[in-house]
Amino acid sequence: MARAVSQNTKIGYTIAAWLVALLIFFPILYAIITSLKTEQEAIAGFDLIPSFTLESYREVQSQYNYFRPFMNSVIIAIGSTVLALIVAVPAAWAMAFAPTKRTKDILMWMLSTKMMPAVAVLVPIYLIFLKTGLMDTRIGLVIVLMLMNLPIVVWMLYTYFREIPGEILEAARMDGATLGQEIVHVLTPMAVPGIASTLLLNVILAWNEAFWTIQLTTTNAAPLSAFIASFSSPQGLFWAKLSAASVMAIAPILIMGWFSQKQLVRGLTFGAVK
Amino acid sequence: MGSITLKNVRKAFGEVEVIPGVDLTIEDGEFVVFVGPSGCGKSTLLRLIAGLEDVTSGGISIDGKDVTDAGPAQRGLAMVFQSYALYPHMSVRKNIAFPLKMAKMSEAEQEKRVSHAAKILNLDSYLDRKPGQLSGGQRQRVAIGRAIVREPSAFLFDEPLSNLDAALRVNMRVEISELHNSLKTTMIYVTHDQVEAMTMADKIVVLRAGRVEQVGSPLELYSRPANRFVGGFIGSPNMNFIEGEDAARHGAHTIGIRPKHWKLSQAEGEFPGTVGVAEHLGSDTFLHIDLDNGAHIIARAAGEFPVHHGDRIFLTPQEGRIYKFGQDGLAL
Repeated sequence: MARAVSQNTKIGYTIAAWLVALLIFFPILYAIITSLKTEQEAIAGFDLIPSFTLESYREVQSQYNYFRPFMNSVIIAIGSTVLALIVAVPAAWAMAFAPTKRTKDILMWMLSTKMMPAVAVLVPIYLIFLKTGLMDTRIGLVIVLMLMNLPIVVWMLYTYFREIPGEILEAARMDGATLGQEIVHVLTPMAVPGIASTLLLNVILAWNEAFWTIQLTTTNAAPLSAFIASFSSPQGLFWAKLSAASVMAIAPILIMGWFSQKQLVRGLTFGAVK
Repeated sequence: MGSITLKNVRKAFGEVEVIPGVDLTIEDGEFVVFVGPSGCGKSTLLRLIAGLEDVTSGGISIDGKDVTDAGPAQRGLAMVFQSYALYPHMSVRKNIAFPLKMAKMSEAEQEKRVSHAAKILNLDSYLDRKPGQLSGGQRQRVAIGRAIVREPSAFLFDEPLSNLDAALRVNMRVEISELHNSLKTTMIYVTHDQVEAMTMADKIVVLRAGRVEQVGSPLELYSRPANRFVGGFIGSPNMNFIEGEDAARHGAHTIGIRPKHWKLSQAEGEFPGTVGVAEHLGSDTFLHIDLDNGAHIIARAAGEFPVHHGDRIFLTPQEGRIYKFGQDGLAL
């Protein structure tokens, strides 16, 4: 039930919400401002008014090839997401519709792997990559990021599938649908909002991933996160150029997030709000 | 055709035996109702027939063909679920046509059958709506439509009316009965509501704890219950039971008297008591009476029967209307 809220309280909440949003967004905003400064301005101190020069962007693009890490990011983010969905949809289906006594334990165990610090398995994974020739390859990163995000993907899909009444799938079975037809004609269309938001979230997580991408790549497979890191170069720190590179790295995902925010919010609150 | 035979069908979930062993024959064209209190295994039995659950042992055959190991789709049955189980992303038309599409029927044939079903069920003007835009009764009709188009050898209904309000339930009850009269297809109907069972069934199967307590026509069960449980379950309001010396006087461990089988008097009778609540329904009056022997019973009187809370009253069972049960609960 809606509670009566006075006009003043409403204005208060609105201001508070804007302040929190600004606080969260400020680092990104300051990166954008800094990227529009000259190197001298950037190093001079805190200043919100840049000279609006695109010099840093030009230099980043001319000295370093932006397109290559960009494509690497796209391939790694999409590749790991598609692979994760291929593994996770059947897994989540089995857990949601044919659970056993151990299903909850398996889900908890999967989630617990996300609580482990990534650095704890850095050495074994590094060695495996070295021995198998996966070091600095896109396929290697696709596999690692898929595995890192798989628990979350399975969990999310499991929650969405659980919301689908089992009777509907049984009705499809009575109507003569095979398991494949049941998944294609009934389960998937009903789970589309859930699958879509899982897909979006996983793309974002994979795009932003910086630990493994920096550790396991050098040049060939380096995505944009590694591209930013490479700007803390031996020649010293160039704040304006570093900011320009950061903005170029986050821009695609920021735009994608902006356009899909409705879908994302709906997917993430699916089941919580009915 | 749609005769179904169950031979010693058992079902256990792990250690828990839900159906200890059921033998049952359902004739072609019969309207059979499985009735019993919740948890008695009636829905499980229906799901075993549908093929949605595997039997632990025993056999099921349809029209003489063993289908014990056949999948749900191979049994030629159609089911209407309690929650309707419509596909929310498909229009009514597509919902009804779904089983035909799965059977790879031609578009023309699909269209013909869907519009035929829609006409029978008054769904013509809703065919392009989504289930979410329909009322409960309309959704129920769509679910029935989806079952009809397959022309199954039998329909299975799993408590189909329990989500509807009381008035709609009565209407749908009549509609389903009319449907059975016109299609003449075997129907198996699960309910916990004995009124539905009595009004719709050709044959009632009363279940308790997975066991068949009695099989028979509604009036058979009403007038000749095989045991105390069936006597108490069938008939509304429930049969009154009196035990102890008063029952022994009639040569039984327990005697059962239906509310309408009491002779009421304000002067004398076999069982004296005090009126608790008098429910005046107009045509009838239901009297809740505390007998002096400690039993609490219900008696049906004429609508204008002049008694009130706290009045003394005397009851005598009508001649030949006393049901007698032994210590084991079986009818004597």
